[in-house]
Amino acid sequence: MTHERRRKIEGIIALTFSTLAAFLGLFWLVFILGDVLIHGVKALNLGLFINDPAPAGVDGGGLRNAFIGQLMITICATLIGVPVGVLGGTFLAEYARGRTIARIISILADIMVSVPSIVIGTFIYAVLVKPIGHFNGWAGAFALAIIMIPVVLRTTEDMLSLVPWTIREAAFALGAPYYKVITQVVYRAAATGILTGILLSIARVAGETAPLLFTSFNNSFYSLNMNGPISSLTVTIFQYAMGPYDSWHSQAWAAAFVITIFILLLTITGRLIIKWRYR
Amino acid sequence: MAETSKKNPMDMVFASVTGIASVTVIIFIIGILYVLIAESSLAIKQFGVIKFLTSTDWDPVKNSFGALTNIYGTVITTILSMVFAIPVAIGIAIFVTEISPNVLKGPIGIAIELLAAIPSIIYGMWGLFTLSPIMSTYIEPFLKKITTGIPFVSILFQGTPMGIDILTASVILSIMIIPFTASIARDSFNLTPSVVKESAYAIGATQWEVVKNVVIPYSKLGVFGGIVLSLGRALGETMAVAFVLGNNHRITTSLLDAAATITVTLANEFAEADTDIYLSSLFYLALVLFVLSFITLALAKFFLLKAERKYSRG
Repeated sequence: MTHERRRKIEGIIALTFSTLAAFLGLFWLVFILGDVLIHGVKALNLGLFINDPAPAGVDGGGLRNAFIGQLMITICATLIGVPVGVLGGTFLAEYARGRTIARIISILADIMVSVPSIVIGTFIYAVLVKPIGHFNGWAGAFALAIIMIPVVLRTTEDMLSLVPWTIREAAFALGAPYYKVITQVVYRAAATGILTGILLSIARVAGETAPLLFTSFNNSFYSLNMNGPISSLTVTIFQYAMGPYDSWHSQAWAAAFVITIFILLLTITGRLIIKWRYR
Repeated sequence: MAETSKKNPMDMVFASVTGIASVTVIIFIIGILYVLIAESSLAIKQFGVIKFLTSTDWDPVKNSFGALTNIYGTVITTILSMVFAIPVAIGIAIFVTEISPNVLKGPIGIAIELLAAIPSIIYGMWGLFTLSPIMSTYIEPFLKKITTGIPFVSILFQGTPMGIDILTASVILSIMIIPFTASIARDSFNLTPSVVKESAYAIGATQWEVVKNVVIPYSKLGVFGGIVLSLGRALGETMAVAFVLGNNHRITTSLLDAAATITVTLANEFAEADTDIYLSSLFYLALVLFVLSFITLALAKFFLLKAERKYSRG
């Protein structure tokens, strides 16, 4: 075999393998999503959304408590996490632009994004559950907010940095103080980007389970009381999937279906906005 | 900008409010570290550091706790999943940047991002209901069959294939981290200047030779950073492994045995810990995990920043 031939064959083999790898990635996605879709659609019915859970082992019932609880925890987490994240990102990109402190906080936020979420759960347990004496919804919301803040902070910083400095100078030239320049000019220019970051951060925390396990815990009854334990879809999935009953398993699939669709829709919307706005 | 911020009192207010908001990140990190140390002080006092990290005891009845079985489970599942994930992730990155026709680039990019967006509990549940039966009926008996008689290798596949074991957990973990590694590798590959690649093509290099000798050496720092980042993520992953790892506090040599990682132990036992020392030991475990993953992630960030600086200069 000539040297050229060998080089060619080696190339073909290597490139075939990377093509296979790419299709393996696609395969997993189709496999997992397909499975969730098939099982989820089968288990989906109206009763799931309007009924509360039946007693363990009894067929029927729904997950109304978990849907409402999940919604409340996620909304509260968003209301806490988004303002802090956006304001923090503003400081890094505007007042502290180019300073060492901005770089340090930015790097730490990047690390925080990947810190194990269950550790944040234990932290919140020590701060908000143990002193109060019982599991509560607020603790879950705060745990999710802590995960959310660095995500929103970093995207806000990046999006504000993309706004050309000359736009700010134009506003300064009209005599506007910096806070007015930021709130009325820079925020408007970066609004789509910041909104996308918020959407993606909601998608990120909506599927979190580990930080809720011992903060908001679980509740098999319908409850709107954020001061007591509150049910969430993700913790319910964990409990039901690990449980012994078939009816639990099919409800877990249905819940998984709803949450996956919700998160993928948010993610796709976010990506589309980025594509459409920042091309 | 500094001058304007001093003139207006409202501006001072806004600057301080945003400043406080950004400092929360530092407060959380220090707060987590402080609270975890404070909560685990009881266990630290009783078991010490070295003894806790090297003891295989995990006995809630006798109130004797050591972290080694948990650390072992964490390390072994992480390493295995990295071994499975890295080749595939780099293959995907090569495919997307070099081989794929432009029509396919978009869809595969989106597929990778969607794979990354699926919450870990979905991976875990899918692993329990779908992957685990496949592993226990087809893949694990097959692996057992082909490895029997081979010294050392057969030890890895001893025991009954149950599907709830280290191997299944590692496979799920690897599917979860493929998208992270692949997207960072892809971004690093994309940074290779086309002039450099074109000059390699001009002297007659094949496509694979360009990848192997130009693209990979050029972007290895970024790819390495991405790998370390995924490692940090794999260390702390909870829900993807909680379903299929069992919760077995033993050090086992077989990949077909159940095990426990730090995260799985926390998820299963934290809400049920009934004595102070038990809870304190769990906090101690969380502290170990926090320190471990923080160091890994900081290292990853260091490599990625170094890579960034290199590319912006070159």
